[in-house]
Amino acid sequence: MGKLALKERILMNIEKPARYIGNEVNIVKKDTDDIDIRFAICFPDVYEIGMSYLGIQILYDFFNRRDDTYCERVYSPWPDLDAIMRKEDIPLFSLETQTPISDFDWLGITIQYEMCYTNILQVLELSRIPIWAKDRKKGDTLVIGGGPCTVNPEPLADFFDMFYIGEGETSYNELLDLYKVYKISDMTKEEFLRKAANIPGIYVPSLYDTAYKEDGTVLSVTPIYNDVPKVIKWQAVMDFDNVPYPMKPVVPYIRATQDRVTLEIMRGCIRGCRFCQAGMIYRPTRQKNVEMLKKYARTMLDNTGYEEISLSSLSSSDYEKLDELLNYLIELRDNDHVNVSLPSLRIDAFSLDVMSKVQDIKKSSLTFAAEAGTQRLRDVINKGITEENILQGSHDAFIGGWDKVKLYFMMGLPTETDEDLLGIAELAEKISEVYFDAVPKEKRNGRVMINASSSYFVPKPFTPFQWAPMIKPEEYTRRAYFVKDAFARQRNKKSLKFQYHDAEITVLEGILARGDRRLGKVIYDVYKKGAIFDAWTEFFDMERYNEAFADNGIDIDFYLTRQREDDEIFPWDHIDVGVSKRFLLAEWKNAREGKVTPNCRMKCSGCGAAVYGGGVCFEAKN
Amino acid sequence: MEEVSVLKLRIKYEKTGVLRFIGHLDIMRLFQKAIRRAKLDVSYTKGFSPHQIISFAAPMPLGMTSEGEYFDGEFNSVTSSEDMMKRLSDTLPEGIKVHDIVMLDEKAKPSMAVVTASDYYIYKNEECENDNLELLSGIIDEVLNKPALEIVKKTKTKEEMSDIKPLIYELKPFKDGIYMLLASGSKDNLKPELVIEALCNEAKLPYNRYDYMIHRIETYMGERDSLKPLSCDGERF
Repeated sequence: MGKLALKERILMNIEKPARYIGNEVNIVKKDTDDIDIRFAICFPDVYEIGMSYLGIQILYDFFNRRDDTYCERVYSPWPDLDAIMRKEDIPLFSLETQTPISDFDWLGITIQYEMCYTNILQVLELSRIPIWAKDRKKGDTLVIGGGPCTVNPEPLADFFDMFYIGEGETSYNELLDLYKVYKISDMTKEEFLRKAANIPGIYVPSLYDTAYKEDGTVLSVTPIYNDVPKVIKWQAVMDFDNVPYPMKPVVPYIRATQDRVTLEIMRGCIRGCRFCQAGMIYRPTRQKNVEMLKKYARTMLDNTGYEEISLSSLSSSDYEKLDELLNYLIELRDNDHVNVSLPSLRIDAFSLDVMSKVQDIKKSSLTFAAEAGTQRLRDVINKGITEENILQGSHDAFIGGWDKVKLYFMMGLPTETDEDLLGIAELAEKISEVYFDAVPKEKRNGRVMINASSSYFVPKPFTPFQWAPMIKPEEYTRRAYFVKDAFARQRNKKSLKFQYHDAEITVLEGILARGDRRLGKVIYDVYKKGAIFDAWTEFFDMERYNEAFADNGIDIDFYLTRQREDDEIFPWDHIDVGVSKRFLLAEWKNAREGKVTPNCRMKCSGCGAAVYGGGVCFEAKN
Repeated sequence: MEEVSVLKLRIKYEKTGVLRFIGHLDIMRLFQKAIRRAKLDVSYTKGFSPHQIISFAAPMPLGMTSEGEYFDGEFNSVTSSEDMMKRLSDTLPEGIKVHDIVMLDEKAKPSMAVVTASDYYIYKNEECENDNLELLSGIIDEVLNKPALEIVKKTKTKEEMSDIKPLIYELKPFKDGIYMLLASGSKDNLKPELVIEALCNEAKLPYNRYDYMIHRIETYMGERDSLKPLSCDGERF
């Protein structure tokens, strides 16, 4: 065990020093003298959040399978340590070997949500890596971004040398092989970047020019050289059964947000909810072999010592061998004291039966992602759940002994009216009435609780709603009060609760999600005003952003509330995720007409993801 | 119902190096996972979220190292001390080692209830640039000759002057630092930091916790004149 980067005096004066000492169970140790490529992988948020994220564990394992590469982890220092590092001029370091990040060949940053953008600049600055990509020379750490936000990486374009668009398991080997040649040869950085740009999925933003129209929208995004591809294709793993999966994930000492074995069973989603970005960009849906998953579950539990396992996918109920897998997990539970934590499953007889076996019914609650209050609006968003599904599921659950229900909604969905909002309260009321009908007085055990919560809808790139305006925060707040009032008028109001998300943070998410390169300077200015950990309400300050928008002449409504024309060129149009713009536009039209689109297993709607040549698109043909 | 007999074991371990920054609760969680990785046949509670039946002797504050830590556990079946020690040690991270595993009598009291004393070695933190520890060593005899050693003891609710001398069983210069044997446990408890602070007060030196490294050598049970390590409560098997 080497020396720690931080002194005793510092570690003993900060919250949770275990965030910074590494040495966890299952970390990879390598002799750095035998290594050609040192790769630091970063989740730009606090350790406990970052350690919960499966993607980092997958890539950590993936990179470290290469003998020539040593991948180490780094997370955002919490504000207490951030202040000390700035004051005492301490460089940010990796956990495994406690090496300054600027000594690494690569810094790979996963970009999971817009609210971490200022933390990315924090990590760069504390690492003493030039913040702007243009200021980095050959020999400086290369900065590459990945993760779902890279489908529109434009607001961050000037900070990254390159982005990896798509699932990491496909093109990284090619990129690292190229890097090795670059490192030891006299290849210039520019030559390297141009070669890298020709690797599938690699987007080098400095090799593209963005031109704008007079009205501020994008005129074109074009490569500045002929040998640079016009379009960057999202990478999807198609040999999903044989792709590496970490059998020995790193086990943190302190409790992470997701502190358990995570078993990825499926990527992609067949449902096609029109608000859901993940549901579009991770197409086509691919499933893992159930026998293999059983083996993985056993091995990972043995290698980590975790007492809990959970499944990961966008919609576990659509995994075709779910019964078999869950029965196996229940066996593990009974024989080996393994807690099984279930993702939100579609509520039906089967899932209720499973849940009753693995959960304490009295303590757990039932979850319905209804998303909208009326069937009309659920059709608009293509959310394939009906009021009847919800009421029947609740009825069965109440009979089975549950008495807590959680409902998730969004407010501000396209075409939403006060009637739809009223529907939120009415649906909650109907569920409570089902309880009183289904459960006789003598069997009632305390009070039934229906907890409804709503978020503020954000239109995202690569969804049919990418053309839609986001409602103004004042309007969102009005709707929230309107719904709150409606709840107060319900007969069983004492059994109902309604909560809603903060408007300001969501506004910012909305601006950045569909932003362009002109927002880079705003992010920089806000960071320089002291913004970090914007995802944490205790640190978020909208005022800083408002000042920076004003200083840079940015009109918030241009990004937020403007309805985009059908033929508008978006800042992310040079990224190709498989699902075509033509399909998305047709879905945008279907949405406004309230027409539902069947899921991928019922009928192929020709979204474009079949170009990947596998997954659900070809299930019926196998 | 069939009476299920369980086997009570006491496990002695060391916690050194960077593991000093892992708090007590996280060390418990670390051992729960290690026991599973080592596939030891520990007993579980019943119910929806079963947990291992293990309990720790004396929680140790962050920053301190030790070679005399203990926890007790109930097991359904065991192999041998040596085999179980090896299996557990093999799966533990650097900085934690198992030193001993003994079987307790069925009626043995839990370790946390029997602790009466602990001894410590105080040495200089390598980051520390002053010679205060030497100065403190130099005044030990003088301090021990005084009738009392008073210091402000803080509890959750109040601060009061307290004579800690009766709780100091032994105090002497040792190697380049100080050795101290102090009352410990649920009845009387004296933290080693407080002794250092009291010595600093006597020597009119500022007290800075991070100048000193504190290492627990052993945790004891029994009366003051017949102290024995917690592991002596059972037998190797």
